[in-house]
Amino acid sequence: MPGRRKLIREESLYGWLFVAPHVLGLLIFTVGAIVASGYLSLTKWDLFGAPQWIGLDNYRRLADDEIFWKSLWNTVYYTGFRVPLSILFSLIVALMMNLKIRGILWWRVVYFAPAVSSSVAIALVWRWIYSKDFGILNSMLSWFGVPALNWLGSEELAMPAVIVMSVWWSVGTNMVIYLAALQGVPEQLYEAAELDGAGVWGKFRHVTFPMITPTTFFLLILGTIGSLQIFDIFYVMTEGGPNFATTSLVMYVFQNAFEYFEMGYASAVAWVLFLLILMLSLIQLRFSRWVHYEGERK
Amino acid sequence: MNPQRLRQIGIYALVACGGALMIVPFLWMVSTSLKTTAQSMAFPPEWWPRPFIWENYTQIYEYMPFFTFLFNSIKITFFVLVGQLLTCSLAGYAFAKLRFPGRRALFLILLSTMMIPSQVTLIPVFIIMKFLGWINTHYALIVPAFFGSVFGTFLLRQFFLGLPNDLEDAARIDGCSPFGIYWRIMLPLAKPSLATLGIFTFMGTWNDFMRPLIYLSDMDKMTLPVGLALLSNHQDIRIPLIMAGAVLSLLPILVLYIFGQKYFVRGIALTGMKG
Repeated sequence: MPGRRKLIREESLYGWLFVAPHVLGLLIFTVGAIVASGYLSLTKWDLFGAPQWIGLDNYRRLADDEIFWKSLWNTVYYTGFRVPLSILFSLIVALMMNLKIRGILWWRVVYFAPAVSSSVAIALVWRWIYSKDFGILNSMLSWFGVPALNWLGSEELAMPAVIVMSVWWSVGTNMVIYLAALQGVPEQLYEAAELDGAGVWGKFRHVTFPMITPTTFFLLILGTIGSLQIFDIFYVMTEGGPNFATTSLVMYVFQNAFEYFEMGYASAVAWVLFLLILMLSLIQLRFSRWVHYEGERK
Repeated sequence: MNPQRLRQIGIYALVACGGALMIVPFLWMVSTSLKTTAQSMAFPPEWWPRPFIWENYTQIYEYMPFFTFLFNSIKITFFVLVGQLLTCSLAGYAFAKLRFPGRRALFLILLSTMMIPSQVTLIPVFIIMKFLGWINTHYALIVPAFFGSVFGTFLLRQFFLGLPNDLEDAARIDGCSPFGIYWRIMLPLAKPSLATLGIFTFMGTWNDFMRPLIYLSDMDKMTLPVGLALLSNHQDIRIPLIMAGAVLSLLPILVLYIFGQKYFVRGIALTGMKG
């Protein structure tokens, strides 16, 4: 059947044609770029002339680079607090938003509003809220006799302040995802639990919580990956200061690449970030037995 | 009062308190943007601007070309949207419906690259752009969108997989080419998924900070977020003006959000990829 063969050949041709732009992008901007980045991390290059091969020197330099270790610690510190706090608060908010309350749709709009806003506008207003001399936060705290604190200007307080703002910013996003999961919990399970005499807490503990563990796991993995790549809110709120107390790994990549033009060294930092993300994701996958998948055979 | 009613009131109070926490920073932004400089620095802070200084909103043009930034943001977002929707729907359709050698393997490779953080590829991509002479142009921000995104292709492939094959078979018997089927039958059916991907892309591009910061250097090429951040570092800029700039930069996306809530929420619920 020559006609049929022609049709199959035509289909293959169109198939390749249709995926061509994406595959080309994959080859250039992902595969090619990853290889190039690995190569650059083994060179010294200031964008002019040819990259100079220096082997593992960049990685050796990282070992003694105090600012690198500080930014690594800051990134882990930020992620370690932001991700669980954001998940906890968004779950509480999602549980509230799942209730049958009048005007609930409008409350959802309110809770979700920060999530659509640009990080820059949000960071600017929070910078003003945290202001030591004129900020509303210090004004409110003064009602309770707390002295004026220099939130973003002190090495100890800057990171917690940014974390609070970031949790506020991300609650809406996670809430929407939780809400979708909550609405997918079958009603019969609650009825069965009620028959067994479960109260509000019992129903949450034995029905809701296990049923939404896949969502929690999803938010944990994506939240971790996202938080490890944090850049913009630090850049706008603190510019990485004071004394590098809020310099994240990505910020350090940015500074090395586009302020000091150390492309090789910046690539090495980026690779450390890549490995960190890979490692943490694998650890989370490895310890995911607490996740309950409905219909999974064990 | 019975306990049922008491519980109801407790829940209302909780929802309202949380809601207030979410909205207060926005109200503070608007309130500050309408104050005199002196009042913005009053301590304890005052909520109600006295008098209302609407001129703050016109004065910021002395510090930043707001409409140029707005135009740049709209232009870049528009072309990125076109590129993403076109490339991802083409690839998504092919991966779902067309049989060609290497399809499965290619798709798996594509999915596995989702884990790679964009920061690792940032420097090589910057070098490519520099090589092409696209630094300080909008091409550097727009052209990569025409090479698609894994998330978008995946989303649309899932959608096309759910469509029955009869439609296609019928069209093919009528002599329609695969491109004709894609363009005239598949795309119109995919509107809801395209809207979801569109909103997601819109939010990412409109609020993008790092890439415009890296690629653009001329003031008249900046996008809104980067322009705003630069404005805020201006030596003699007053706080009410910064807040006015922030309000103006948020208006377009907030208005769009209020009207297109459904798609925003669905886009987020499908992905959860942020910050």
